[in-house]
Amino acid sequence: MGLVTPLRLRIEQPLLLSSGGVLASYELVYETYGTLNSDHSNAVLVCHALSGSHHVAGYHSAEDTKPGWWEQHIGPGKSIDTRRFFVVACNNIGSCYGSTGPASVNPVTGRPYGPDFPMVTVRDWVETQARLADALGITQWAAVVGGSLGGMQALRWAIDYPTRLRHAIIIAAAPKLTAQNIAFNEVARQAILTDPDFHGGRFYDHGTEPRRGLRIARMLGHITYLSEDIMRQKFGRDIRGGKLNFDYQVAFEVESYLRHQADTFVGRFDANTYLLMTKALDYFDPAGETEGDLSRALARVQAASLVLSFTSDWRFPPARSREIVKALHDNDLDVSYAEIKAPHGHDAFLMRIPRYVDIFSAYMERVAAA
Amino acid sequence: MNGRRLDFRIIADWIRPQSRVLDLGCGDGTLLDTLARTKKVSGYGLELDDQHVTESIRRGVNVIQTDLDAGLSEFDDHSFDYVILSLTLQAVKYPERLLREMLRVGTEGIVTFPNFGYWVSRVQLLRGRMPVSRALPHEWYNTPNIHLCTLQDFEDLCRKEGIRILESEVVDHEHRRRLGLRLFPNLLGEIALYRFRRA
Repeated sequence: MGLVTPLRLRIEQPLLLSSGGVLASYELVYETYGTLNSDHSNAVLVCHALSGSHHVAGYHSAEDTKPGWWEQHIGPGKSIDTRRFFVVACNNIGSCYGSTGPASVNPVTGRPYGPDFPMVTVRDWVETQARLADALGITQWAAVVGGSLGGMQALRWAIDYPTRLRHAIIIAAAPKLTAQNIAFNEVARQAILTDPDFHGGRFYDHGTEPRRGLRIARMLGHITYLSEDIMRQKFGRDIRGGKLNFDYQVAFEVESYLRHQADTFVGRFDANTYLLMTKALDYFDPAGETEGDLSRALARVQAASLVLSFTSDWRFPPARSREIVKALHDNDLDVSYAEIKAPHGHDAFLMRIPRYVDIFSAYMERVAAA
Repeated sequence: MNGRRLDFRIIADWIRPQSRVLDLGCGDGTLLDTLARTKKVSGYGLELDDQHVTESIRRGVNVIQTDLDAGLSEFDDHSFDYVILSLTLQAVKYPERLLREMLRVGTEGIVTFPNFGYWVSRVQLLRGRMPVSRALPHEWYNTPNIHLCTLQDFEDLCRKEGIRILESEVVDHEHRRRLGLRLFPNLLGEIALYRFRRA
């Protein structure tokens, strides 16, 4: 994708949140790739997951070592071909990558929001994304696309703004979290909340951050993103240095991997954001508004959908995607579904797997044709 | 694909315009695509094979990757006007259960299958060999076809299941309809086609 520059939009229109709270004004950071056509019909919105951002493809500078998080699928000739589509990716509010979030300055106090930043939901994000679409002159997305928590946003878009998207592409998602999913999130939150450096979420004022808690949360998360098979393949029981030291330093390669993931996370991610994002996941449940009936929750949907899952994803396994598929075809909506064989677990949605690319590209051709 | 043209044309003739169709084992989506363009039907194809799923998506057909042996439980009763099972009945684990499921989710069923009573198969069996033909190209040890039947067998099953046959056809391997086929369908017919509903 080459060099890309983040853009910024300030929205003064107050946002009424699902929690009942209000955000008087906020900023959205976003990136765009490709060119918006004259009738504004080729725009694709990419929604990010828990730790993602607006930086989906390309590099921010010549020194940048890592491209955007979905570089594998977005760019010229890729699944979402930027020669054909105008791609918009927005950082969600509550995040720590530039859009208004807990680390932003609260205009009322002149200090970071911290725990005063209101709880946000998938529905709130979708509404802010709609304001961004308004500002960009996009009345209807060709497609709204996302993996994991991003896929939940695509589904929410189809429910909340039925006429504002032609296609929803929902990858490695679920219509709601299971008790087990919530349990993992709760352990992660407890790790952060009980870290003495958390200071009730006001750690910015103390010039510190709950590093231990955030590290544990991230390590736990990573276990759920990988399958047992891929862990065995990648690490097995390989021992660093070839022998056991009978101490609590890193012995097994898998420990080293988790510690490394934790190290790179701390310093680039905000603990309050982690709490907010996991809560947004836990609360997501469109069927909650229709007595648990997902088919009824999707009754207003008009978009055609592609739903994709990965065989080894045990966080949001194929059966969870099938629930979405069923609710869509119960409403006689256009829907296609594929289950992609991949050993990588939940993380597969980020990867370049040949069959995944084939299907994604084939569907995007259909998006371009309509 | 060429070889399946006539059986697709017969199926297309049987189907009312603008109906809702579920195509079990939809392959590369050709039939649904044809029906969508010529008969304005809508609906879904179910398919297990990875390559076929991708081809169906490329064709613009709604395809859901699923294993027919797992049943149709995710579809509600009477969701479709027609449920089609084209050259797949003989490859499923529970044909009689699938027929019942077809008539639960659909008003009418359409089934096509290779006729095991075709004279060439009979001759090969008489010679002491498992039949291999154009309609049944596999050897016994690698065939996906585990529930082969003749026209009479199929009609017996329909009677037993309380299924009323509305229409039937047989064609030869070039998918032509000839006079001899009409006189001796179970002997000369290579592919059988049936349209049916609950009696």
